[in-house]
Amino acid sequence: MPRDFTPKVITANHLLEGDVVYLTADDRWTRYHAEAELITDEAHAQIRLLDAQRQADTIVGAYLADAQDGPKGPEPTHFREVFRTRGPSNYAHGKQVEL
Amino acid sequence: MYRYSDFDRDFLTERNRQFRAQVERRIDGSLTEDEFKPLRLMNGLYLQLHAYMLRVAIPYGTLNSAQMRQLAYLAETWDKGYGHFTTRQNIQYNWPRLRDVPDMLDALAEVGLHAIQTSGNTIRNVTADHFAGAAADEVADPRPVAELLRQWSTDHPEFQFMPRKFKIAITGAPNDRAVTAAHDIGLRIVERDGEIGYQVLVGGGLGRTPMIGKVLAAFIPADDLLPYLEATVAVWNVIGRRDNKYKARIKILVHEFGLENLRHEVEKEFALRKPLYAGGKDVALLEEIKTHFAAPDFETAPTDAFDVAYQADPVFRSWADTNLSEHRAEGYTIVTISLKKQGDTPGDATAEQMRVMADLAERYGHDELRISHEQNVILPHVHKRHLPQIHADLRAAGLATANIGLISDIIACPGMDYCALATARSIPVAQEIATRFEELKLEHEVGPLKIKISGCINACGHHHVGHIGILGLDRAGVENYQITLGGDGTEDAVIGTRTGPGFAYDEIVGAIETIVRTYLDMRDSAEETFLQAYRRVGIAPFKAALYPETKTRAA
Repeated sequence: MPRDFTPKVITANHLLEGDVVYLTADDRWTRYHAEAELITDEAHAQIRLLDAQRQADTIVGAYLADAQDGPKGPEPTHFREVFRTRGPSNYAHGKQVEL
Repeated sequence: MYRYSDFDRDFLTERNRQFRAQVERRIDGSLTEDEFKPLRLMNGLYLQLHAYMLRVAIPYGTLNSAQMRQLAYLAETWDKGYGHFTTRQNIQYNWPRLRDVPDMLDALAEVGLHAIQTSGNTIRNVTADHFAGAAADEVADPRPVAELLRQWSTDHPEFQFMPRKFKIAITGAPNDRAVTAAHDIGLRIVERDGEIGYQVLVGGGLGRTPMIGKVLAAFIPADDLLPYLEATVAVWNVIGRRDNKYKARIKILVHEFGLENLRHEVEKEFALRKPLYAGGKDVALLEEIKTHFAAPDFETAPTDAFDVAYQADPVFRSWADTNLSEHRAEGYTIVTISLKKQGDTPGDATAEQMRVMADLAERYGHDELRISHEQNVILPHVHKRHLPQIHADLRAAGLATANIGLISDIIACPGMDYCALATARSIPVAQEIATRFEELKLEHEVGPLKIKISGCINACGHHHVGHIGILGLDRAGVENYQITLGGDGTEDAVIGTRTGPGFAYDEIVGAIETIVRTYLDMRDSAEETFLQAYRRVGIAPFKAALYPETKTRAA
């Protein structure tokens, strides 16, 4: 039996900087997870992923990541995606200081 | 130290020019990521969790002071002021931007360094005993052969698209400090009736299917080494599996095809290839390379300054007791500089620390440095009279931690703090274990103990061969850490045994403490090391201590 579709955001790395970006509903790439488009429909998710993957001059390796609605916007649900929103835990060298 | 010839310099210049053009074509859109990815990987450029990562080879772990200073320059100019030394004697920069990488590679080429074949399905950086050329127990310096292999494998047209990556390690000493048994090919220099030759191990490897290497050939004469290795890699390149990347390494071929069958095929291939080497150019080249690695002119001088400091200064004495190793020359010693200060990231050095180490090598160490697979830096040739000054300079730079071979001298892969493949973090686990035992003041009482941590099943942190191994996994969306005990990466290599179910992130440090306290309670004397005690009593007492509720249920 297919599993129920869980909400997703589209994320990738920026081509030049290499840092983590998210696709917004108005087709921008943002550094902020909370600004990402939260996709709740599976068919829409596949279309948006194709949209993202076509932007190879801006980003690398787009994929769908699990997320959930939060007070300020979408939030990651898996710890890997939580780390991607802020950077490494041994130094404040990532988004935790850049954003 | 190997000195680049005009050919080496021209090759590297041309290669870097090509990569610069490839980067430009990727940025202007004429190359897709699918087209660009294999090109960047062949030049050591990964895309990780938060940024690109450039992995620079440090061939057989050997550097001079100018090279170390250049690594510092890269860290400062194009990264965030530090570099990470890895378990394969490489250095990784965690924050380069794509546009800057060609400049970084050009800067490396200025000092004869490169990032070629630090990724991809090629022959990777050949690693060697970090005490090569200095150790008292050495049959011969393995680095000339390692350099020959570097030249042979770099851009070798037959070996650019193999079933999987291929790792070679070499030791020239019977005490194996290069973990040769955990490599696709492990080479051990041996002497037979006065002749130098090579014992060839094949099919070792860690990762998801850990295997200890088996002896493919007990003695290959020096003249036959290159054609024999070429035959071995060629056989695997043709018949190794390409249908499943998890079954592509040569260890799986050894396992499925059989050692005898593989040996037979290699010998057939060797017979075909040996005539191609008839001119003996490889042997002549090796002889030429050997001249680059001539031992320094060791000086004869009194060691009084060392003896006085050793008697007078307990901090110096503690450092000397743990961080020095026996040198082959009278009055000399090998200094291991710990990059494992308790609470710091294992293997990281700041640009300033790199410069301090470069200065010490230039002033007191015949201009030589080594990087160990245990993520420390070594001054291989130091006269003992310089030790008090070296120790003082290291102390001022935060580099005088006296913990080599002890519980806080932990190998840890970058884990999920950096690596895109990781399933859990490893660096903070290492930091917390080191800090915990520092607070308990137990480190020196516990004695020799190797903890190795990997943040995924690929085992870059060598957890299978740690006396205590820790493997971080993702169990239903939560970090979970499995423990193995009794692993050993030396000449008596052994894969560790799993204790049982894993531990949560906030339980793993406590679990390690339980294991160490269990050892302290049952060792028969302070001289019995953790590994010796484990071999005497087995895993049962450790399991009972780790999983008391299971024992209760069974009773």
